[in-house]
Amino acid sequence: MARLPRLAVWKFSSCDGCQLQLLDCDDELLTLADGVEIAYFLEASSAVGRGPYDLSLVEGSIACPADVERIQRVRRMSRRLVTIGACAAAGGIQALRNFTTLREVAAAVYPRPELLSSLETSTPISAHVQVDMELHGCPVDRRQLLEVIAAFLHERRPVVPGHSVCVECKARGTTCVLVARAMPCLGPVTRAGCGAICPAYGRGCYGCFGPAESTSTPALAAAWERIGARSGDLTRALRGVNAWAPEFRDGGDDDAR
Amino acid sequence: MHGERSIRVGDITRVEGEGALHVRIRDDRVEELRLDIFEPPRYFEALLRGRTYLEPVDITARICGICPVAYQLTAAQAIEAACGVVVGGPLRELRRLLYCGEWLQSHALHVYLLHAPDFLGYDGVVDMARDHPDAVHRGLRLKKAGNRLMEVVGGRAVHPINPRVGGFHRAPERSELAVLIDPLEQAREDALGTLRWAAGLDFPDLEVDAELVALGHPDEYPVDRGRIHSSAGLDLEAGEFDAHFTESQVPHSSALVSTLRGRTYLVGPLARYSLSSDHLLPDVRAAAAEAGLGPHCRNPFRSILVRGVEMLQACKEALAIVRDYRPPDRPFVDVEPRAGEGSACTEAPRGLLFHRYRLDEEGRIVSATIVPPTSQNQLAIEADLRRLVDGGLALPDEELARLCERGVRNHDPCISCAAHFLRLDVDRG
Repeated sequence: MARLPRLAVWKFSSCDGCQLQLLDCDDELLTLADGVEIAYFLEASSAVGRGPYDLSLVEGSIACPADVERIQRVRRMSRRLVTIGACAAAGGIQALRNFTTLREVAAAVYPRPELLSSLETSTPISAHVQVDMELHGCPVDRRQLLEVIAAFLHERRPVVPGHSVCVECKARGTTCVLVARAMPCLGPVTRAGCGAICPAYGRGCYGCFGPAESTSTPALAAAWERIGARSGDLTRALRGVNAWAPEFRDGGDDDAR
Repeated sequence: MHGERSIRVGDITRVEGEGALHVRIRDDRVEELRLDIFEPPRYFEALLRGRTYLEPVDITARICGICPVAYQLTAAQAIEAACGVVVGGPLRELRRLLYCGEWLQSHALHVYLLHAPDFLGYDGVVDMARDHPDAVHRGLRLKKAGNRLMEVVGGRAVHPINPRVGGFHRAPERSELAVLIDPLEQAREDALGTLRWAAGLDFPDLEVDAELVALGHPDEYPVDRGRIHSSAGLDLEAGEFDAHFTESQVPHSSALVSTLRGRTYLVGPLARYSLSSDHLLPDVRAAAAEAGLGPHCRNPFRSILVRGVEMLQACKEALAIVRDYRPPDRPFVDVEPRAGEGSACTEAPRGLLFHRYRLDEEGRIVSATIVPPTSQNQLAIEADLRRLVDGGLALPDEELARLCERGVRNHDPCISCAAHFLRLDVDRG
């Protein structure tokens, strides 16, 4: 019998939510387990299989000195490396500290910050090693995750769209909350993948999936201004889970920079 | 056995997050025992400063992918308290419904995927599924029912988008909730099935002697509201938390550890059950008794039963809410920001969760304090482990290490919340 492809799941600085999406695949998880050897997935199993691995899924950002070394080891042991989630792709919500100083944030939480081992910034995996693909989302979408695993294991290109949330709203038949209800919405600059949930629940998109393939934050700033948003509102809205993504980092309007 | 012995568990598996365990034994006595949490700190409380009062609901969800609703609803209620608003009626019922979904998925995850493999001798659920397919499928169905509930009410299961300060962005229609009835009825049978199945497991002896702390409410099993109660008679409002509980920092952990007036205490299912089992629905209480539970339970190995009881309670409560549901006139009540401070506690699946926010007059956050269940349990978990090691000195290192890992997993620690993964490091010199 041919050897089963070996899958590994790694965690760096994160909330575990993207790994949980894999455990939430429920029945598909067991089906997946028939087709691959889940060699390393500490949250799911005490069995720890040594590398090399055919596919590594990496959750989380690089936020402490030890992880700078660890991600290099993971890369060396992995034929393909796919990052999952906003932490791994853009540094995550914890990358909000990149806009200030570590000293300031650490002193606000811990009485003895000197006992901690933290890097000045929280950075994406791609800032440290070459990655084969980034799957976006906070959290990643379960169907997209299964698609990516299946595609990599079968050596084909995964089908993951790079267009904006607007396309998903249209497909879903949701009336535009920005135009019709004058609600601030990040949908026009945000990558599709969640299924445009927020507008369907009567709120503007808040950018969980990060920048779409082509974005224009100045154009969105103009649209926000037309519905009465104040200067700085867009920049503040972009300072979320994908704040450190290059397209979002500088904000969209001037004052809050 | 004379001399020194050291046991080391490098990566404790089947927990949420990253930690390690070090034990040093000298002349058959535990000289040092340390649960290390080396999850990199994420500094949420600092990052919340300067944000608006409407933002912590979305931001604090990201502390934990397994219990985001606990963070969202505690944040919302603390901010509402700061602004002098209490959300009641159908909106509060919807919040409790969403919280039931989180308990169901989180407990099903722990009972079947993380905890049960310890009792049955498997590395994980995939191995366990080969020999126990019915049990594993029952667990996955339960988890799916919880996720489904969170998707309908919350918009999605991980980091729901619908909760907000004052209620929800959109209240579901009756018909939207009606689709939950079939899966919840199945889940209720599966929760009963869980109890019958788990009652036949083999439970090692262990007794927690820490003070038990949980919310208590005169009319209901504690989930989303109540006063802070303890087995030693504590009875406090959320706002009095600081006066009694102290957070301090230890060198080996990126979590802050908590004590109650200098004492070790335990939060979570054992505490909730032991303090409030008389508030379970009568037939849930009967099912608990049938599974061998008395009115109190202090054996952490038996927490798998208590989680089963709580899943049954959550299913029944959720069904009642869904059946009686009438959509509110508006999906949220207006909350006008004002300068002030507000605190709230709720029962996350892993135990008491505390949030406090101070706002300025425009509703910007001046300071935030968040105390998650796992950091509160760190000392109680270490006390359990010390007892397990004391009773297991005759065991070879590998078995002792495995026993200790079980001792950690009994409490379903969420190291992601506490700051995250475990390593056991037994040093026998």
